[in-house]
Amino acid sequence: MEKRVVFRSPWLPWVLMAPQLTVIAVFFFWPAAQALLQSLQQSDAFGGSVEWVGLENFRNLWNDPGYLASFYTTALFSSLVAVLGIGLSLLLAVFADRIVKGTLVYTTLLIWPYAVAPAVAGVLWLFMFAPSVGVLSYALRSLGVDWNHLLNGTHAMTLVVMAAVWKQISYNFLFFLAGLQSIPKSLIEAAAIDGARPWRRFWTIVFPLLSPTTFFLLVINMVYAFFDTFAIVDAATQGGPGKETSILVYKVYYDGFKAMDQGSSAAQSVVLMVIVVALTVVQFRFVEKKVNY
Amino acid sequence: MVERTPWLDALSHAILILGVSVVAFPLYLTLVASTHTSSDIVHPPMSLWPGSHLIDNYRAAWNGTGGGNGSKAPVGQMMMVSLISALVIAVGKITISLLSAFAIVYFRFPGRMFFFWAIFITLMLPVEVRIGPTYQVVADLGLLNSYAGLTVPLIASATATFLFRQFFLTVPEELLEAARMDGAGPMRFFRDVLVPLSRTSIAALFVIQFIYGWNQYLWPLLVTTNENMYPVVIGIKRMISGGDAQTEWSVVMATAVLAMLPPALVVMLMQKWFVKGLVDTEK
Repeated sequence: MEKRVVFRSPWLPWVLMAPQLTVIAVFFFWPAAQALLQSLQQSDAFGGSVEWVGLENFRNLWNDPGYLASFYTTALFSSLVAVLGIGLSLLLAVFADRIVKGTLVYTTLLIWPYAVAPAVAGVLWLFMFAPSVGVLSYALRSLGVDWNHLLNGTHAMTLVVMAAVWKQISYNFLFFLAGLQSIPKSLIEAAAIDGARPWRRFWTIVFPLLSPTTFFLLVINMVYAFFDTFAIVDAATQGGPGKETSILVYKVYYDGFKAMDQGSSAAQSVVLMVIVVALTVVQFRFVEKKVNY
Repeated sequence: MVERTPWLDALSHAILILGVSVVAFPLYLTLVASTHTSSDIVHPPMSLWPGSHLIDNYRAAWNGTGGGNGSKAPVGQMMMVSLISALVIAVGKITISLLSAFAIVYFRFPGRMFFFWAIFITLMLPVEVRIGPTYQVVADLGLLNSYAGLTVPLIASATATFLFRQFFLTVPEELLEAARMDGAGPMRFFRDVLVPLSRTSIAALFVIQFIYGWNQYLWPLLVTTNENMYPVVIGIKRMISGGDAQTEWSVVMATAVLAMLPPALVVMLMQKWFVKGLVDTEK
C-alpha cells in the first residue's frame, strides 16, 4: 500500500537517492554492462587489441568440454549441498521443536557456524582431513580408508560438500524452526485425537505445511552453493585435484584472473547472471503461490 | 506436547546432542590445535586434549612471528582491516539505504518506480558474477589496496533498501500527519520519527551486514595486493602454503579462532535481532 500523505519537494528526493544511485551505477550497472560487452569481444592476453566476435565466446564455451564438466560439477555439488543441508537441518529442527526444555540452548549451539567465514570453514575442514596431519584422515586410515583429497576427486568433492553443508546448516535450521513454530498447535492436536502417531502427523501435516519454507530454502541453498562457496573451494581444494571441484564461479575467477582470458570469463559471468535471474524468477513465482496448499 | 512419549523425548535429545557435537567438533579441534606446537600436530595422531602452548601460539599469530613457509602478516593488523571494512560496509549500507527508502516511500517524483526497480534488480546479482568488470572499474578509479575499494563495491546492493521500504510502508500515516501539523519538515520527520522507529530493523541488518563484510573473501582477494590491506580471512588462507607438513598449523588454527571470534560474538550477543533480521531480510 502506497502512502496517501507525502512530502513535496522538487529536489530533496534526488539528494536522498543520490548516494545509492551513484554507488549502484558505478559499481553495479556499469560493470554488468561491461560484462555483457566483453562477452562479445575477444582481446589478446596482453590487452593490446580488442575485436568484436559476436557470440563466439559463448559458442566456444558450449564446445569446451572443460566448461561442460564444470557445469556438471556445479550441478552435482549444489544438489548435494542443498539436499544434505536441508535434510539434516530439517531433522534437527523437528526434534528441537518437539522438546519442551532446552530449545534455546541447542539453537545457540547450532547457529554459530553461520558466523564462520567460508574461507575459514574451508581451512578447518582441510585441517581435519589433511592427508598427513588431519585427525579424521588418520582415523579413516586406521579404518582402512586411504583418504587423500589431493589425489582423489571423489574425496575432494566430499570434503567441499561437507564443509559447505556444515556452514549452511545453521541458516536452514533457523528457518525451519521458525516455520515449525508457526504451525498451529491445534492442527497437531486434532490429528493426535484422530489417532495419528507422530510419524504419520509429520508426513501428513507438518511436512506439507513446511513446503513453502522448504522450497524457499532450496532456492537459497542453490544460490549459496553456486556463489558463496567460492571461498570454501579455494581454501580447501583450489578446484583440484584436477578440475574435479572447479565449480562455475571458481572457473570465472580462474579464467579471468589466472588464465587472463577476459572474453571467456565475461561470457561465463553472463551465463551465471542468467542462472541467478532464472532462479530468482522461479523463486518468486512459486513462493508467491505458496507451493501446494 | 500432545502426548507423553518418553522414548521419543529421549531420542530427540540424543539426536540434538549428536547434531550439536558434530557441528561443534571442528571448532573444538581448532581450539585444541591452537594449544599444541606445530611439531605435535604434524606427527599424527594429534592429542585431542588441550596442550600447553596456547599463549605462545596466539602471540605468534597476533604479531606475525610464526614459522613455516606461508605468509606472516601480523593478525592484529589484519583484524583491524577486517573490522574497519565490516563496519564501513554495515554502516554505509544501512545509511544509504535508509535515505533512499525514505525518498521512495515518502516522496512522489518522476521515475520513482523506475529507480525502485533499478535498485531492486541489484538484489539478484551477487558481486561474484561480475568480478572482472567491477575489478576494472575499481582499478581505473585507483582504489586498489584502499578501504574504499574494499568496501564501496560491496555496498552496491539493495537488500537493506528493500527491507526499509517494506518497514516504512507499515508506519501509520497518522504519524506523518501529526508531524506535519506540528510543522516538522521531511528531514525532521526522518530524524525524529522514522529512524527511532526503525531501531530494531537497523540492529538486525547491522548484524547480518557486519558478518557479510567480515567474511568477504573473493573481493578482497582481488583488490588487495599489499599485505597491510589483507583482511584476516585472506590472511589465514595465505598462511597455508606448500605441503601439510610445512604449514605452521598451530598458528593457523590460532588465527582461525581469532578470525571467528568477532562475528561469532556478534551472532551470540545479538541472537534475537540476528534471527529476526535473517527471517525478515529474506522474506
